[in-house]
Amino acid sequence: MSTSTESTTDAPPPTAVPAKRIEGRSPGRIAWSRLKRDKVALAGGVVVLLLILAAVFAPVLIALFGHPVDEPHPDQINPDLGLPNGSFGGMSADYLFGVDPTFGRDVFSRIVYGARISLTVALLSAALSVVIGVLVGTAAGYFGGWVDSVISKVMDVLLAFPQLLFSIALVSVMPSSLLGVDGSFLRMGILVVVIGGFGWPYIGRIVRGQAMSLREREFVDAARSLGAGSVHILLRELLPNLVAPILVYTTLIIPTNILSEAALSFLGAGVKPPTPSWGQMLSEATKIYQVDPTYMVVPGLAIFVTVLAFNLFGDGLRDALDPKGN
Amino acid sequence: MLVYFIRRLVNVVAMLLVVAAVTFAIFFMVPKLTGTDPALYYVGKIADKAAVEGARHKMGLDKPIIEQFYLFLKGLFVGRDYSTGVSVSHCAAPCFGYSFKTEQAVWPLLLNRLGVTASLAAGASVLWLVFGTATGVVSALKRRTLLDRITMTTALAGVSLPIYFTGMLASAIFVYQLGWFPHDYVELGTDPVAWAQNLMLPWITLAFLYAATYARLTRATLLDVLGEDYIRTARAKGLSERTVIGKHAMRSTLTPILTVFGMDLGGLIGGAVLTESTFNFRGLGYEAVYAINSSDLPVIMGVTLFAGFFIILANLVVDVLYAVVDPRVRLT
Repeated sequence: MSTSTESTTDAPPPTAVPAKRIEGRSPGRIAWSRLKRDKVALAGGVVVLLLILAAVFAPVLIALFGHPVDEPHPDQINPDLGLPNGSFGGMSADYLFGVDPTFGRDVFSRIVYGARISLTVALLSAALSVVIGVLVGTAAGYFGGWVDSVISKVMDVLLAFPQLLFSIALVSVMPSSLLGVDGSFLRMGILVVVIGGFGWPYIGRIVRGQAMSLREREFVDAARSLGAGSVHILLRELLPNLVAPILVYTTLIIPTNILSEAALSFLGAGVKPPTPSWGQMLSEATKIYQVDPTYMVVPGLAIFVTVLAFNLFGDGLRDALDPKGN
Repeated sequence: MLVYFIRRLVNVVAMLLVVAAVTFAIFFMVPKLTGTDPALYYVGKIADKAAVEGARHKMGLDKPIIEQFYLFLKGLFVGRDYSTGVSVSHCAAPCFGYSFKTEQAVWPLLLNRLGVTASLAAGASVLWLVFGTATGVVSALKRRTLLDRITMTTALAGVSLPIYFTGMLASAIFVYQLGWFPHDYVELGTDPVAWAQNLMLPWITLAFLYAATYARLTRATLLDVLGEDYIRTARAKGLSERTVIGKHAMRSTLTPILTVFGMDLGGLIGGAVLTESTFNFRGLGYEAVYAINSSDLPVIMGVTLFAGFFIILANLVVDVLYAVVDPRVRLT
C-alpha cells in the first residue's frame, strides 16, 4: 500500500530536458519537469517518502535508536509527580523524544510506531475513497440519467452527516471482535472503512464532473462510432484522462485522512492503548500539558510535519499537472 | 420561485429522514447484530433480568424495529409517553427521549448546550471570514511577492495543524504561562464582557484554522476570476482598479466562499467537537463525546440529528443565497 504513493513520484520518466531542441513531450514528462523545478513540493515529497520508509522499517528504527514500544522505564519517572525526571520530557541521547508520563515509555518508539498506524489508516482509507469515488463518479457522469441522480443523492446525504460525531459514535458501537479479527487490526479496519466511507463523495463529485464533460468530447464519439462498448469507453477512454485529477485529489485526501485518524484517536475512537497513535498521545497530553508540555509538542509536531509534507507535495503535484500552468 | 422552495423543503425533510433512519439503524441494529442488548445500556451492565426487561418494555425496545423508529419519529413531532405499566412519563415534542445516564429529557439538554456552541461559532466565524478573505485578496493582488509567499506558507501550515494541538499550545502559552485569558464559559446574558473574554482564545484558535482555508480558497478563486475576459473588458473600459477588483471580481469570488462558509458554519453549530473537547467547553460537541463514551444512545441520536439538521439547513440557506447573489442560477 505504501507503493502507491511511492510510485506517484517515480511514475513519470525522469529524463533531462534538452535546452534548445524542440521535442514532443508527453504530459507526464512536462509535469515531471515542472515538479522538479518546484523545490518546496519536492521537499514535501522527500519527507513523505522518508516517513513511509520510517513506518515500514519501524522495528529496525526502534531497535537502533529506541526501546521496545511498550517497555516501561520507571527509573526515568519521578515517582512523586509521575512526570519524567529530566527536563523537556526526559529527552536525552538515550531517549531521543523523551519518555511518556506515568509509565516512562520511549516516546521516540511510540511516535515511529504511531506513524505506522497513522499512515496505514490514511493510505488505505484514501485508497478506499478513490476506488469507490472513481467507480461511482465515472458511472454517474458517464451514464447520467437515473444512475446520476441516485448516486448524487447518496453523495448529498453522506455529506450531510456530521461526520466526526458520526464516526466516533459508529466506532463506539462496534464490537471488540468481528469476523475473527480483533484488537488493533479490527480498530484500524473500522477506521479505514469509516474514514474512507465518508471521504469518497469528495472524489466522486470531482470525477463525476470530469466524466460528464469528457463524455461529450469527440474522441469518445469516435470510440463509440468504432463500436466500442460502455466498459471499453469507461476504462480505456475516460479513465486515462482522469488520472491527473485522481492523482492530485488522492495526495490531498491523505493529509485530511491523517487528521481524521488523529482526531478520532484524540477523542478515544482510534486504536486502543497500549498500541500507540499520535492522536491518542495528544489526548493523554491534555491532562498534563500544563506541567509537561513536551509530551504534547512531540506528537503534535509529528502530525503537523506529516500533514504539511503531504499538502506541499499535493499542491506541487496539482500545479505540475495543471495544463494551464507554465 | 415558490415551487423551488417547496421542492427544496421536501428535499430537506427527506434528507433529515434518511439521516435519522441511518443513525437509528446504527444504534439500535448494530448492537443487535453483534449480540449486545440496547436495553442493557439503559440500566447498566450489572442490572438484574427484571430491570432489563422493564427498561426494554418502557423504552419500547421489545417492539419491532420499524415500529420503534416510527415511535421515535412520532415523538419528535407530537411527543411521546413512556409507560412502565405503573407510572407514565410524558415527554413533550420534540421528544428525543431521555438520557440513560442522567434520566433528563434530551431536548432541553440540547438547547442548553447549543448556546455554548453557537457562541463559539459566532465569534470564530466572523473572525475567520474577515481575516481569511482579506488575506486571500491581498495575497492574490500581491501575487508572487514575498508577502504572498509568507501568507500562503502560513496558511498551508494552518490547514496542516490539528485544532486540539494549536488549542493546547495556545492554552499552554497564553493561559498557563502568561495568564492573559481566562477560559471558562460564561453565558452571554450573565456578563457579555466576560463572555467574549473567555471565548477569545477558542475563537482565535478556531478562526486561525478556518482562515487558512479561506485565504487559500479566496486567493485561488480571485486569481481565476482575474483571468476572465470580463475583467479585461472592465479594465479596457477604463474603470479604476478599485472598481474592477471591488465590484467586478469580488462578486464572483465571494460566491464559492459563501458556499463554503455556509457549510462550515452549519457543521460547526452542529458540534465543534474537537474545539470544545480541547477547551473543555460544555457545548453540543463536548456533550456528544461524553455521551458516546458512556453509551448514552438517546443523547448521541439527539446530537447527531441536531447536527445533521444544521448542516442540511445551511445547505438550503446557501442555495437560496446563491440564487440571490448569482443571477446565472435559475430556480427550477
